[in-house]
Amino acid sequence: MKEERYQQIEQQITPKAPVAFNMLKAFLVGGSICAVGQAISYFYIIFFNFTEKTAGNPTVATLIFIAMLLTGFGLYRRLGQFAGAGSAVPVTGFGNAVISAAIEHKTEGFVLGVGGNMFKLAGSVILFGVVSAFAVALIKTILVSLGVISW
Amino acid sequence: MIFSFLFAFVVGGLICVVGQLMLDVGKLTPGHTLSTLVVVGAILDGFGLYEPLIDLAGAGATVPITSFGNSLTHGALAEAEKHGLVGVLTGMFEVTSSGISAAILFGFIGALLFRSKGTID
Repeated sequence: MKEERYQQIEQQITPKAPVAFNMLKAFLVGGSICAVGQAISYFYIIFFNFTEKTAGNPTVATLIFIAMLLTGFGLYRRLGQFAGAGSAVPVTGFGNAVISAAIEHKTEGFVLGVGGNMFKLAGSVILFGVVSAFAVALIKTILVSLGVISW
Repeated sequence: MIFSFLFAFVVGGLICVVGQLMLDVGKLTPGHTLSTLVVVGAILDGFGLYEPLIDLAGAGATVPITSFGNSLTHGALAEAEKHGLVGVLTGMFEVTSSGISAAILFGFIGALLFRSKGTID
């Protein structure tokens, strides 16, 4: 085979990063997960006397429960391959990161394996969330006490 | 009610598109992308901008990981309003506890129920 022909074929076969298509997939899947979340929060508002403000917490917990089932049956990985950020950015992606690490390291025992590796992937989210929230809240509290801004 | 689903879908979808752009165009790893989004959520709440988004979009704003940063800051600020600087530390997990506790609990239950088939991501 000639070198040019080889490169031609290689170009044909190599998948281009379809940015627009990936964005569309992320939009559709991520939006759908949020719409499911909206349905779950209506469920809690109607049947368990939560308000629009407080329904977020049980909704998140329910979505993580669903993520556990999908992760355990290996379906969340397939969804992630299709949706990219569409399945990683919603809180189900956070749940998936914790749960998949827990399941994967089960063979090393529950203390060292599951306990030690559970936050291997999701730990950075908690770390930077806490540090940045601390910095933001500290700055705002100081500014308020100086009288620069109000709550 | 139909509009609230539409807003949740569109706003939640758009936040995911931002994440996808960071992955594809920004060439960030998923870990860097999610960490950045959490920091953005925390900063937005510092300016009081995340609550209006929740009012508009409901689950479209509370389900994406940005809301984790928002609720960390929100809990810290709520306690700081009552107890001053000490509250910044003690109030941190006040609002957002359910996400973390659910992830830990269901992670444990998942490890009890399922076994790894090769690689589960």
